[in-house]
Amino acid sequence: MAKQYETVIGLEVHIELATKTKIFCGCSTEFGGAPNTHTCPVCTGMPGALPVLNRQVVEYAMAIGLATNCRITQVCKFDRKNYFYPDNPQNYQISQLYLPIARDGWVEIETGAGRKKVRIHEMHMEEDAGKLVHDEWDDTSLVDYNRSGVPLVEIVSEPDMRSAEEVIAYLEKLRMIVQYLGASDCKLQEGSMRADVNLSVREAGSGKLGTRTEMKNLNSFKAIARAIEGERERQIELLEAGKEVVQETRRWDDNKEHSYAMRSKEDAQDYRYFPEPDLVPIVISDEWIAEVKARQPELRTEKLERYKREFDIPRYDAEIITESKRMADIFEETAALCGKPKKAANWLMVETMRLMKEHDMEPEDLTFSPANLAKLIELADAGTVNSSVAKKVFEKIFTDDVEPEAYVKEQGLGMVNDEDALRGVIEKVLADNPKAVEDYRGGKEKAMGALVGQTMRAMKGKADPGMVNAMLKKMLQD
Amino acid sequence: MDILKLTALELGEKIRKKEIAVREAVDAVLARAEAAEPVINSYVTIDREGAYRQAAEIQKKIDSGEPAGPLAGVPAAVKDNMCIRGQLTTCSSRILSNFKPAYTAEAVENLRKAGAVIIGKTNMDEFAMGSTTETSYYGPTKNPHNTAHVPGGSSGGSCAAVAAEECFLALGSDTGGSIRQPSSFCGVVGLKPTYGTVSRYGLIAYGSSLDQIGPITKDVADCAALLEAVASHDTKDSTSIPREDYRFTEALADDVKGLRIGIPRDYMGEGLDGEVKEAVLRAAEVLEERGASVEMFDLGLVKYAIPAYYTIAAAEASSNLERFDGVKYGYRASGYDGLHDMYKKTRSEGFGAEVKRRIMLGSFVLSSGYYDAYYLKALRVKALIKQSFDRAFEKYDVILGPAAPTTAPELGSSLSDPIKMYLGDIYTISVNLAGLPGMSVPVGRDSRNLPVGMQLIGNVFQEKTLIRAAYTYECATQKQFETPAQIGKEA
Repeated sequence: MAKQYETVIGLEVHIELATKTKIFCGCSTEFGGAPNTHTCPVCTGMPGALPVLNRQVVEYAMAIGLATNCRITQVCKFDRKNYFYPDNPQNYQISQLYLPIARDGWVEIETGAGRKKVRIHEMHMEEDAGKLVHDEWDDTSLVDYNRSGVPLVEIVSEPDMRSAEEVIAYLEKLRMIVQYLGASDCKLQEGSMRADVNLSVREAGSGKLGTRTEMKNLNSFKAIARAIEGERERQIELLEAGKEVVQETRRWDDNKEHSYAMRSKEDAQDYRYFPEPDLVPIVISDEWIAEVKARQPELRTEKLERYKREFDIPRYDAEIITESKRMADIFEETAALCGKPKKAANWLMVETMRLMKEHDMEPEDLTFSPANLAKLIELADAGTVNSSVAKKVFEKIFTDDVEPEAYVKEQGLGMVNDEDALRGVIEKVLADNPKAVEDYRGGKEKAMGALVGQTMRAMKGKADPGMVNAMLKKMLQD
Repeated sequence: MDILKLTALELGEKIRKKEIAVREAVDAVLARAEAAEPVINSYVTIDREGAYRQAAEIQKKIDSGEPAGPLAGVPAAVKDNMCIRGQLTTCSSRILSNFKPAYTAEAVENLRKAGAVIIGKTNMDEFAMGSTTETSYYGPTKNPHNTAHVPGGSSGGSCAAVAAEECFLALGSDTGGSIRQPSSFCGVVGLKPTYGTVSRYGLIAYGSSLDQIGPITKDVADCAALLEAVASHDTKDSTSIPREDYRFTEALADDVKGLRIGIPRDYMGEGLDGEVKEAVLRAAEVLEERGASVEMFDLGLVKYAIPAYYTIAAAEASSNLERFDGVKYGYRASGYDGLHDMYKKTRSEGFGAEVKRRIMLGSFVLSSGYYDAYYLKALRVKALIKQSFDRAFEKYDVILGPAAPTTAPELGSSLSDPIKMYLGDIYTISVNLAGLPGMSVPVGRDSRNLPVGMQLIGNVFQEKTLIRAAYTYECATQKQFETPAQIGKEA
């Protein structure tokens, strides 16, 4: 009988923090920009330049640490990690090894198998490297240091995950927490969130960990899931063939759905870590921790609790809406403006979701203002527009953020509530559809539908269907 | 009047009173440098054009009645490990032989604000690693008092330039004695401030946790004035410490009554040259006569200072010097095969032997498996040394001893035996490990007519105490700056 294997996975997640300036100098962290324009002597490793720590980096790191149930290291330090590579202008990276800012945390994840805690070993702050551009025609490489010195935190989990599903749930949980804190936008495609997967397999029931490999270059949740499956299979095949798994770093090629070895443990570098002498230890007082805690925005769990208390919306809706902070913010603002949380939730759950899917957008990409949605809800409630017109107007709000009242007026989409005007149209519809009139009078109630439809069409959708219905009934009886 | 005979403060005063034009002062030092440089080699770069341009600007300010400080118009030199925008800054290394920084070091900026005219960049041991200024890519500097001897190092160029009157004052840097030891060998006054007093921003690092910039001058008053000009709290340097009091010239008082001086027995024993010992003890007597109390005591741990220092400094240096790789600036080897070969050739050709030795030593002590045994242990020794100084300063205001075990050795006699050279740092190194201020003051000559320096060590932030003691000694002995005989003849 074939052996049963268990996959053991731990993650190293890098998150780029949303500070305006770099971790050790005043240069902008803005994405893009002509090469080497967001640089100075510090982030290009000029001789004699010295790092000065950006306090906001520490605050974001503390916020993430607190939100993931970590202990904050109240005297923490930076260390140098030494390795030669041209994207690293000093040939050492300022990072944290001996006293990282946070340790011993956990987050709870939920999968089909239920709830579980994934423990966090530690989280540290460090600087990002620059970017190499290889010119194959010219056989040269160019370096862009715009990204050099952009602040990162690296969150190292314990090997607590057992499947791709758990890994994705963990990453989504981290992403949600960090986004809620406003500490990063966590976009995998743009590299503001990166995950390295440490994976080993062992026979089910074994208490000993197998030899692990580390996989890099994973830039979407789908790629991560595929890479985990691929690596699990590769390792099992090796073991089944009586071979050993080599401890090494592997690079995942998502196009080929295949990984290949980058470097083995033997040629693993000795980083010669030692305390960074150009920076003084960071002393984090109880008061500072309390301050950061007090400023901590409401996280998802607390939000769900409050929605339950304050708004009469289904639990399912609340869960979907709070999945991203952006969506939750739009919801709360809209509800506050129009005073109709249920309707606000509905617009987000149905129309917004539909359009996002159509445009292949993430909640972070939403640009419409809650004020315009709130206004639209009011217009629909007041009967100024009917529901099908409202949907059309919303599409316009979604794409161009138009002011609905002005738009409705401009496009002549307002409902016609004038009985005399409506009577004239109905009279014409009745005259044009003698068969339907006869059917209805003969007891076929269904014929009414066709007559309402004809009337609405004649009104170009701008009539209140309820009113049309009532008038038709009355006029057919006359 | 011989302008060159003046001290910096005397010259400054005459410039303010318009008795001497700034241009005349610049003329004088450049003429002297022209005569002395072929022999002494104090400078890597002399910036004649820049000097005259600065001179004109400062003269204009003085003529228009703008307030000018005590050092306005005074020609100064800067060690070649401090960045000056657009000016060659080499650390006396081939690897930076073409390097022009895009910014200016904070200490140099402060010196400029004080109105000093920067004449040029002075020679040094490559990357400040050495005690003789013989490891420079630009050739050794010679001792102006006897050109068969070294000036000491690593700030040998700055000390020789002041001694040879090729400038009126200079900035040096001191990681393990690199200001105090060459000051002692060249018969000038040198001070290493408390760690964090002068900004390291723009100082090309050797051992970051030990490096400090400090003044090198003809006398104690100039020393206080230069320290006052360059010390500042700088937010660009995270290790810069805001101090309550930067008015170091206020300490120029002829008074040591009640000052408690301790002489470590550990500094006066085996290995110390008899003539140096005698000169230093005589100087201590002078201070005693002026009202200080002097006694011998045991400092302890002295023999551990050298291994601890060479472990920490080399570890930091091995990392600090990684950025010199041929990628971004500086020397790049020609003819290489790929990135790693480029690194290897560039660094093999770009660094000299002593620098390579320390990079290897530093890389070794940081290697996994050795870190705890060497680097961490060295840090613990450092902490213990600080404690032994703390205990001493409960009893004494100033610790007095020699700056170096001997006077300046002959050229070529040190590099063949690096261990012996390292041992020469024994009296200065602990001061860097403990972050304390230390000062070297000339106290006479040996029988070969080579200068002897006395070292005064203070508790953290006690530069003023050192300045007061040194100034009192100077007043008592009526010591005047002495032009080296050979140089005086040549000029």
